[in-house]
Amino acid sequence: MTTSAQTVPAGDKIQPRKKSKLNRWDSPWLNGKFIAGVLMIGSIMMLGVVGPLFWDLTLSYPASSPLNLPPVFVPGYGQTAEQIAADKPQTETTTTSSVTGGNPFKKQEAAKPSAGTAGSLVRFGTPTWAHPLGTESNGRDMLAVLLVGAPRSLYIGLIAATIGMFVGIILGFTAGYMGGWVDAVIRTISDSIVVIPSLAVLIVIAAYVRTVSIESLALLLALFAWPGPTRLIRAQVLSMRERGYVQMARISGASAFSIMFKEMMPNMLPYLAASYTGNVSGAILAAASLEALGLGPTRIPTLGMTIFYAIRAAAVLRGMWWWWGIPIIALIIVFSGLFLMTTGLDEIANPRLRGRKAAA
Amino acid sequence: MGGLTWGYLLKRLGMWLLTILIGTTIIFLIPRLAPGDPVAAMVGRMSAQSGFVENSAQIIEAWRTKFGLDKPLWEQYVRYMGNSLRFDLGYSLASFPSRVDKMVLNALPWTVGLLLVATLISFVLGNTIGALMAWERTPRLLKSLLPVTLTFTSIPFFMLGILLIYVFAFGLKWLPPSGAYGRNLVQGINWPFISSVGYHAILPIMAIVIASMGLWALGMRGMMITTSGEDYMILAEAKGLRPSRVFWLYGVRNSILPQVTALALNLGAIVAGSLLVEYIFALPGVGYLLYQGIVTSDYTLIQGIVFILIFVTATLVLILDLTYPLIDPRITYERG
Repeated sequence: MTTSAQTVPAGDKIQPRKKSKLNRWDSPWLNGKFIAGVLMIGSIMMLGVVGPLFWDLTLSYPASSPLNLPPVFVPGYGQTAEQIAADKPQTETTTTSSVTGGNPFKKQEAAKPSAGTAGSLVRFGTPTWAHPLGTESNGRDMLAVLLVGAPRSLYIGLIAATIGMFVGIILGFTAGYMGGWVDAVIRTISDSIVVIPSLAVLIVIAAYVRTVSIESLALLLALFAWPGPTRLIRAQVLSMRERGYVQMARISGASAFSIMFKEMMPNMLPYLAASYTGNVSGAILAAASLEALGLGPTRIPTLGMTIFYAIRAAAVLRGMWWWWGIPIIALIIVFSGLFLMTTGLDEIANPRLRGRKAAA
Repeated sequence: MGGLTWGYLLKRLGMWLLTILIGTTIIFLIPRLAPGDPVAAMVGRMSAQSGFVENSAQIIEAWRTKFGLDKPLWEQYVRYMGNSLRFDLGYSLASFPSRVDKMVLNALPWTVGLLLVATLISFVLGNTIGALMAWERTPRLLKSLLPVTLTFTSIPFFMLGILLIYVFAFGLKWLPPSGAYGRNLVQGINWPFISSVGYHAILPIMAIVIASMGLWALGMRGMMITTSGEDYMILAEAKGLRPSRVFWLYGVRNSILPQVTALALNLGAIVAGSLLVEYIFALPGVGYLLYQGIVTSDYTLIQGIVFILIFVTATLVLILDLTYPLIDPRITYERG
């Protein structure tokens, strides 16, 4: 699913445009990658909005469901689990028997692992429609975990990146516009912080402050989210400062504030947006990484903590792919969506990236 | 390397020191702002192990004096900085007699090895793919296949690692799921050991390479598009130079420069990503040590590792910065 969403835009971008058609659909904002990314992120957001309406979210707490149920859509679970997860069509030929083609009504016989399965496959329960995405070894329903966790990951990223962007706008404009020693200080510090492996420092902090809430986790992540936008905005301000329209505004007596926000800001909007989506993705990655190390909030389910529990319970080698697979797929959709949005916004900001013919 | 002046060298060294100082200050300060202190945590550990600790209040008081935690903050800070910069990282809390610096030193070769090999492969592969994607003479079949390699670009290293373990270790049983070498092998320079290390390293390296090369490819593609519009490229083609020469020595040579800068900027993220890869694959590197530190609440170990990581990353970036004049002779470093 993500594979096709990613390769389609990647495939059409290398073919140079045959004709440049000038019509109303030629707007740079109608960028295929950008729209695909927005749709992917939107669908994850919708999980949080629509989810509570049709699913009981309390099932995401431990011991609320039966243990170790595979998802319902698994055909002939015992034998084909790895082939399905590997997502390789050619391995279907190696599948020996009992493929039901995903027919939910044959799930009873499908769930029985036959004697020929690999020894590492443990006998799991019978999948039911009461738990469509299966359950894990602590009795959490994976669908509920997904509905609670996926929007929450996005939420963390949005808070952290918003704070980072806010600080970055202030510092970047200050540095670029004032110059002198202020610029030197801000630039030096942001250059240094960019180099620091932020995840490592976050691990120290999170290890001391064990019980982190979502909001404080986002605040921690924001600590490392501002140097990127700061550097970007500073560079943009420096390049715009001597442009004609900025000088014009200056001569006509516009205040520094209105030059910054009325003259410069609109011109760097696509850059800012690309930096913002990149930062959201970075913050979500950092949060998921901290959680995967077991340093996340333990009371509320998050995707990263689910991966941590799965790793700790050796779910990978027990064949319980849905346990770690579902949070990973959700996160991959988030990352791919944000990535597509970032590259799409980059292309909107920089026409040269849209392909050679467009640049000429 | 004519561009390398003393002023530039001093400035870079200053940045290097500042990076380490800022990083160290953060990891010094934040735990002290947080509620609770390491001594209480240690006593907590003891009572968790033995059920009950006699005179725990006195122990806490005595230890606080012994470790200098009753001194003012700035004095602690100066001592901490001095010790860190001399690589005196103290004793591990969880495995007491062993020193943190020794533990990190034992783990570091694995991490640096993995990092260097994987980054080198992904940098070379990614840039080649990106350059080929932007080049007009690339065969059409190749051109349509190349974007497929970028499918996994936005996936974090460790998630790709889990997928790879599932497919290649659990499903196909081709490669070992974890560890750095076979169980009954002696560490040393002998063929069985080295081959076993290589065999175990395939999956972790694959995880990093596949997940990170798309980043280089995209950057390189953008740069190549810009470069191929330059006049000297047209001149080179008009002169009738071999296409491969035009591609490598004119196109790639001039497009690679910003990529090196990007490498320096992304190094922190790559280091962080490979920590998690080590943890997923249970490689005995720094990342795995860090995870063990987290599990056992070994604060000195965690802090020591993170200090070393900051140090190593800053040093690698410094080296990259200082070698930059070698690959870009045009640059003069009078103004940063």
